[in-house]
Parts: sequence; structure tokens; C-alpha cells
Amino acid sequence: MTGRITRRELIRRGAAGGVLLGFPSILAACGGSGGIEGEGAEPSETAATTVSRELANRLVFANWPFYIDVNEDTNERPSLNQFTKETGVEVRYLEEVNDNEEWFGKYQAQLAAGDDIDRDIVVLTDWMAARMIRLGYVQRLDKETISNASNLQEALQSPGWDPSRDFSMPWQSGLTGIAYNKKTIGKVTTIDQLLNDPKLKGKVTCLTELPDTVGLVMAAQGADPSTVDAGAFDSAISALQDAVDSGQIRRFTGNDYTEDLDTGNVWACMAWSGDIAAGLKNPDIEFTGVDTGSHLWTDNMVIPNGGDVFTASTYMNYVYDPVVAARIAAYVYFISPVVGAEDEIAQFDEEAVGNPLIFPTEDMLSSTFIFDAEASDNPEYKEKFQAVIGA
Amino acid sequence: MFLHRHPRLIPYLLLLPGILFLVVFFLVPMYYLGFTSLQSGDLFAGYRFTWAWDNYRDAFTLYEGHFLRSLQYAGLATLFAFVISYPLAYWIAFRGGRWKNLLLLLVIAPFFVTYLIRTLAWKTILADQGIVVDVLRALHLVGEDGRLLATTTAVVAGITYNYLPFMALPLYVSLEQIDTRLIEAAEDLYASSVRAFLRVTLPLSLPGIFAGTLLTFIPAAGDFINAELLGTPRQLMIGNVIQSQFKEVADYPQAAALSFVLMAGILLLVLLYARAVGSERATRTAA
Repeated sequence: MTGRITRRELIRRGAAGGVLLGFPSILAACGGSGGIEGEGAEPSETAATTVSRELANRLVFANWPFYIDVNEDTNERPSLNQFTKETGVEVRYLEEVNDNEEWFGKYQAQLAAGDDIDRDIVVLTDWMAARMIRLGYVQRLDKETISNASNLQEALQSPGWDPSRDFSMPWQSGLTGIAYNKKTIGKVTTIDQLLNDPKLKGKVTCLTELPDTVGLVMAAQGADPSTVDAGAFDSAISALQDAVDSGQIRRFTGNDYTEDLDTGNVWACMAWSGDIAAGLKNPDIEFTGVDTGSHLWTDNMVIPNGGDVFTASTYMNYVYDPVVAARIAAYVYFISPVVGAEDEIAQFDEEAVGNPLIFPTEDMLSSTFIFDAEASDNPEYKEKFQAVIGA
Repeated sequence: MFLHRHPRLIPYLLLLPGILFLVVFFLVPMYYLGFTSLQSGDLFAGYRFTWAWDNYRDAFTLYEGHFLRSLQYAGLATLFAFVISYPLAYWIAFRGGRWKNLLLLLVIAPFFVTYLIRTLAWKTILADQGIVVDVLRALHLVGEDGRLLATTTAVVAGITYNYLPFMALPLYVSLEQIDTRLIEAAEDLYASSVRAFLRVTLPLSLPGIFAGTLLTFIPAAGDFINAELLGTPRQLMIGNVIQSQFKEVADYPQAAALSFVLMAGILLLVLLYARAVGSERATRTAA
């Protein structure tokens, strides 16, 4: 090995090795030694003190597709327009997050090198938000600005990876349960039936997201998915492997499972509540929670390094206003993390009132689990899961 | 003046752009891929170069099935593409007349739509409740609860369909170059038309067959879209493994080792094939 190198170089090398870019300097220095997690890669402590309380001209917001209110006629996004009207901040809204890992892979090298990725807010699922915090890629929120944070649902207030929500605010939550075709198979409420009922052979799909699929199976086996241990994990994996080998599970899917449900290729599957709550073309498709436990997940807003903390926090405060939250919820049909949104939703969408998939009852929430964020990001677990889903 | 004094440098200078291109876009990435494939570690601790030959051992022991399946599917697809393309190319070359160009355009017409969309369209065509399966069910060619989508048949058919033009076009080119007087001469000498085909046309089209099979087989062996969209986890190919090792597991060294093994395997097969066909015969122009 060569002699001493600075931490910055270390980080660069680890990251560049990660994205397989051919920098000659890496070749010369006999390897991308060191990692992303170098010394000092602690969550940034500086942000809160250096915040300038001045709004930027522009907010760049990276989100998942179909995840904010859209006026279908004008193709405008009313809640964003209103924000611009109230604050004068233009919003550049990017639907660029299709997959947590893919998004991370795209920006990792820049984030690791400490470069500005020109994003003020990005929405990432629990485990990925946790990873971003752990790696020091995100900034502390300006909590004084987010006074509406008091409207955050109690169940979401202190996840293990960000116990006092210093770095993240939930965007939307959702339940992972079972969708079924009531005409071809009737109501399916258990994971056991999904994985073992011969009538469903080849007519079942599960999800490519580890926390969803493994979590539901673990819960069905009586294990606790919120603190994963290796034995229980392996046992869930082997149940899934059996169902793959027997031909019971047809595919592992992302969002595209809705298409297979619609066309009748699939009769029952693991599904995300919001997709079904909004209603598929096929009227026979229904969603149900799982008796043994549905997965309650959350996508969170975080501020990547380089983003404007005050402007981003101002926006977060804005969407935690129950009226704004209701406007968004009435479009996306996932679970709003904002208390009070339910009371306001009637003015945007009569049908959403009392819909338990958007405003789950206490009873429904009591049989949910939040998957262990650390286990979701454990390389060994991920490798085992990928091996089952066929690779 | 310099070149006047050193005329032997001229060919090298002319080669320079090509060589530079190969160095930048082939040799350097290859070197880096090989370098990555011998690293060990993980995403968070970082990957280090450690001569980790284990990655190659794992490539063989853990993913042997995926490799064999890929070669098998690619081989079948190449065979089917050949069986479909040869009569097609033959007909266009010898009977196409003034429609030749239009017919060729039709062969490559699917390329105007992106690969992904073409493959997705097959999902609709082969759907469990779709018209194709209904007809086959009525004819008792698939069972009552049988299906086409998410089966090996669908994956191989998808690959065949997607790479068909790569087979058809080289075949057409070599058939089109054949001097028809040679075939006439064979028939004048009392060869039956079958015999004339086997002794004259087929050997003369060998360069097209060679090029077509390579152009089909090589990309087909590394394909992952068809298995992903038209198959189940039991149909996944080595391309799917590489993609998931890289993108989901973030085990870059393993993905690199798998890529290398795939490339080496294909190269070996191509060499054996070239030897069997006789590379000089195969690459000689049909004229």
C-alpha cells in the first residue's frame, strides 16, 4: 500500500470503486482501500447552527412517481403552486426515485465526495433514509421552522434510526398486505394461503422489497420483524424458496404487480395499500391487511448535503399543515402521516372520507409491524433475499 | 517531412484513432472490470484489491445453473431464429424482386420501438386470459389451467423474437451476393434443386450463417430483460444475477467476476465454433 492518504481521498476511492468508474488514480494506488464510512463521516452537526434564515429562490424536490397531487386537467401540481404563491419559492419537482438502491447508486459517488447533488429534499424509504443518516449524507432539519411537526402521527414520531426526527420527516406511509381477486379466488387473508394453497399455484406474486416480503412471512411464522434475528430470517427465506421451487410464486415485482392483477395473470399477491385504495381497472380486486401482521412502512423526506436547509424545512412545515396534507392524501391515497388531514379531506375528495386504507383504524394499526431498518440494509440478508428472488 | 523520412509509420498513424478507441472503450474498462473482480469487502467498509479469486469460485459454484440456463436459452433462441430467418432471407433475396427494400424494412421495423416496450407487449399477447392462450387452450395445446406467460417457452420465444433481425440481415446479405448462375450451372449439371441448395447455396451462405449466429447468440446469452419480464425466478439467466449483484446487493466484485466468466465462456464457445466451421471459410466473402 502507499503511504498516508487523506480521508477525502479514501472516501473518493471507496465510492468510485463502488460505481465502477475508471479513474486511473485508483488503479495506481493499488485499490480502493478505505470505505465510505471513513472517520468523521458522522451525521453533520453543523447544519443547525449555520442555517441562514433566508429562503432560496428555488427548491429542488426529488420524489417517487405519482406521489403528489396533480390536477389531471391542467397537469399542474396544486399544492406546489400554492407553496410558490405563499413563499415565492419556485419548486423544481423531479419524479426521479424509482428504486431506493438505484437512486442511491446514482448519487453515491457525489455524496461521498461531499459534492452538492442539487437536491434540497429527497424522499426515501425508512431503511435508505437510515443509511443516508448513518453515512452522514444528510443535514439536520431546522426544527424551529417546522412548527407543524407537532401534527406528526404518534406512531411515526420516533423510529429507531432517527429517534427524535432530527433528520427526517415522513412523506407518506403505507401498508403492505394482500390484494386478491374476489371473483377467481375469493378473499385471501393469510400468507400461508398465498405461499401454499394449490389453487393459487403460479398465480401469486411477492414484492422485490426485502422488508415487505420477508417481513410478512416472518410475521406469519410468529417471529418479530421489527428486531430481526438470523434464525427467523433464514426460516422465512426457506419458506419463500420452497414456494419459488414449487412454482407457487410466479414473480417478484415492483409496482408492476397491479398490471398482472388487472389482467388476471395473478389472483393474489403482496400489495401496497395505496395502489389498491386508488382502485384498479378490474373491480374484483380488493386489499386486506394480514391477520398475522401487515407491514407499516414510511417514505421520508431528508435534506441531502448541499441542500438549502431553511427552504427545505419551510416546505416540510408547509406539507404538515393538515389542509395541504389532505390535498396530497386525496390524490396519492396512501396513509397521511399528518394528524388532522382526515378532517380536511372531504373538501378534496368525498370518497376518501373514512377509507381505512388512507386513514387506518386503531385496530388495523395494532396488527402492523415496522420492519427492522438495520436488517433491511444488511448485506448478508440482502444477498440471501436476492438469491431467493432469483438471482 | 517527418513522414517522408519514416514512411513505415504511416499505417500506424492511420490505425491510431481506432487503437485509441479500443484502448479507451475496451482495454481500460476490461482492465478495471478484471481489477474489480478481484476485490473483496462490502459497500460500507469499502472494496479492496486482495486477489480475491473466491469471487470466481463463487461464480462457478453458486451460479452454475444460471450460466447453463443462459447458454441453453441462447442456443435454443439462436436455433429458432435461424430456422425462421433462413427461409425468410432466402425468399427476400431470390424472390423479393422490387419489394426487397420494403421487406427488409419490415424485418427491422420492430427496432423502431424500444426493446423494453416490445418485450412488454409480449406480456399482453401471452397473458393468461389473452387471445393466444385461449386459442391454444381450445386446441388443447396447453392444459385447461396452463399458461404461456411466465414459462420457459415465453422466455425463449421472447429472445428469439428480439434478436431475429440480427440473424436475418447477415443471412440476407450473404444470400443476396450469391451469383445465381452458379445455381443454374449446378442444375444444368443435373443436380436436383435440393442437391443444388445443399452443395451450392448453403455453403455460399456460410459467412452469413456464421455472422448471424454470433450476432444472435452473444447478446442473447447476456440478456436479462426477457427472463425478467416473461419468466419466473426459475427462468432467470446469468444477466439477471449480474444485474442484481450490481444494483441490489452492491457486490461489485462478484458482479464483475460473473461478467468476466460470461465473457470468457462465450469467447471459448465462439472459438470452438469458428474452428468447427473453419474461420477462413466462414469469413470469406460469398463472391
